[in-house]
Amino acid sequence: MTLLRSVPAASALAFAALVLAGFVLPDWAMFLVTMAFAKGLVALGIVGLMRGGLVSFGQGLYFCIGAYVSGLMANWTGITDIFLLSLLGVLAAGAIGTIFGPLLANYRGIFFAMLSLSLSMILYGALSKMTTLGGTDGLNVAAPTFLGYAPEGRPLGLALYLYTSAIVVLVGGLMRGLFNSQRGLIALAIRDNELRIEYLGASVRTAMAINYVIAAVLGGLGGVISGLAIGHVDPEFSFWTTSGEFVFVAILSGYLSIPAVFVGSILLEVVRSFSNLYFPNTWQLALGIFLLLVIVLLPRGLGSLTLRRRKAKEQA
Amino acid sequence: MSELALEAEALHKRFGAISAAEGITMGVPKGAIWSLIGSNGAGKTTFVNMVTGYVKPDHGRIAFEGRDITRLSPRQITRLGIRRSFQIPQLCAGLSVLENMLISLTINGEHPPSFWRPASHATEVDRAIDILERFRIADYRDRLMGELPAGVRKLLDIAMAMSGHPRVMLLDEPTSGVAAEEKYPIMDLVMEALSAEEVTILFVEHDMDIVTRYSQRVLAFYDGRIIADDAPDEVLADPDVQRYVTGEL
Repeated sequence: MTLLRSVPAASALAFAALVLAGFVLPDWAMFLVTMAFAKGLVALGIVGLMRGGLVSFGQGLYFCIGAYVSGLMANWTGITDIFLLSLLGVLAAGAIGTIFGPLLANYRGIFFAMLSLSLSMILYGALSKMTTLGGTDGLNVAAPTFLGYAPEGRPLGLALYLYTSAIVVLVGGLMRGLFNSQRGLIALAIRDNELRIEYLGASVRTAMAINYVIAAVLGGLGGVISGLAIGHVDPEFSFWTTSGEFVFVAILSGYLSIPAVFVGSILLEVVRSFSNLYFPNTWQLALGIFLLLVIVLLPRGLGSLTLRRRKAKEQA
Repeated sequence: MSELALEAEALHKRFGAISAAEGITMGVPKGAIWSLIGSNGAGKTTFVNMVTGYVKPDHGRIAFEGRDITRLSPRQITRLGIRRSFQIPQLCAGLSVLENMLISLTINGEHPPSFWRPASHATEVDRAIDILERFRIADYRDRLMGELPAGVRKLLDIAMAMSGHPRVMLLDEPTSGVAAEEKYPIMDLVMEALSAEEVTILFVEHDMDIVTRYSQRVLAFYDGRIIADDAPDEVLADPDVQRYVTGEL
């Protein structure tokens, strides 16, 4: 168990398990996990914000920017390499996040949530009206290539799944390092007592802005992968219900565990897929009941399960 | 270089109809230990809040070692070397005593807080425990705020403020809410720790025994003004102080 507490060892083990799973999962499940992981990346950014006491209801903005970058780059420049597209999506989302981050970092609570939501809805409105970008119909996205490798059919799904898994493990490890770092502890302290942090000499606003930019980068990355996985992007990526899903996953998972974010995202996709299949007109109801149960039974999210287990072992 | 650690010139502050500061003027020499006394609402905490940037004066000037700090933010003032503790300890309730101390050391370290260096790095943990031991609260290191006695919370609040090596320390009622038998031990600990750092100290206090025992000079506040400013025995013998502050007349 000591080995698993080491972030690189746990990451390597998780990646090995995901690679093995890729060869046995059916196509639909592989797609579901790929999408869940892509959305989990966005939710992980919100978790980073939540650790500092903020919740963004507008991460659809960056998710959409990343997705459109993947579509537009393929259509306009012919770039289909997933590594390059990911980099461009991250840079675009990071650049926009760097503009809005310092502005939004002045706000707290509902004001921050509503301002972030309004930014994503502005993008939604703009994209819906821009016929050059496909308007409400959106754009088709070319299949990605992987450093020159251009798979089709199941190999494409598998390659995308493996790429996403690698990204998730890498980002998860980096975020664990960040959460455990000095900056990570300061974020937690800000959540508890901003006044004290200012009176110790640290800038709360800067810390919040940095967390926001990191969340934007993760949003862009998730958007690129989602756009490529679906093969189509449209303004719905920036709609408030999409942002709401990310918040849903963040609340479902809590801020205590990073794997819980991706498990929560998979759970959401599974519940949504199956309830959509069996109760096509009331699947949102099933989703709502699911979230209520989690809030009642695990108010600190799925991640609190690992904490409970660890505490029980320590006491034993 | 100014020989005064802290100067206030004609500070005025009103909150609506209430005047919290009316022409407060003082100059605190470096290394001095002064106390501020006065009944509730006399303007002591407003003065501390103005010096530390939490409240801006309507008029007047505040200088730290000759530099005007009147319009600086709390963070800028803190960075210059003025630290404070709070009447109600300002701690991070969801974190342990050790983590609270680590935050303070991280923010006040030689290098800016790192994105990669673990917060619980052995070097910082050892330093945090050293400080907690100096304040004799190391036994509580893993406890959360809700589980701590009032005296320990006060000491942690002061220890966190001190970890940045302040040149001026403002203590807002360091013994309020603390059991009578704990007051002197707490003040002894605080003064011992601060004297090692050669800090200028201003503390707000209601307990006149503590004022007499620990301060070299006393400023008595009443209605936003300083009504007496002298050695403790002189101030406590002042009829106005006895009438408006200690209630002896």
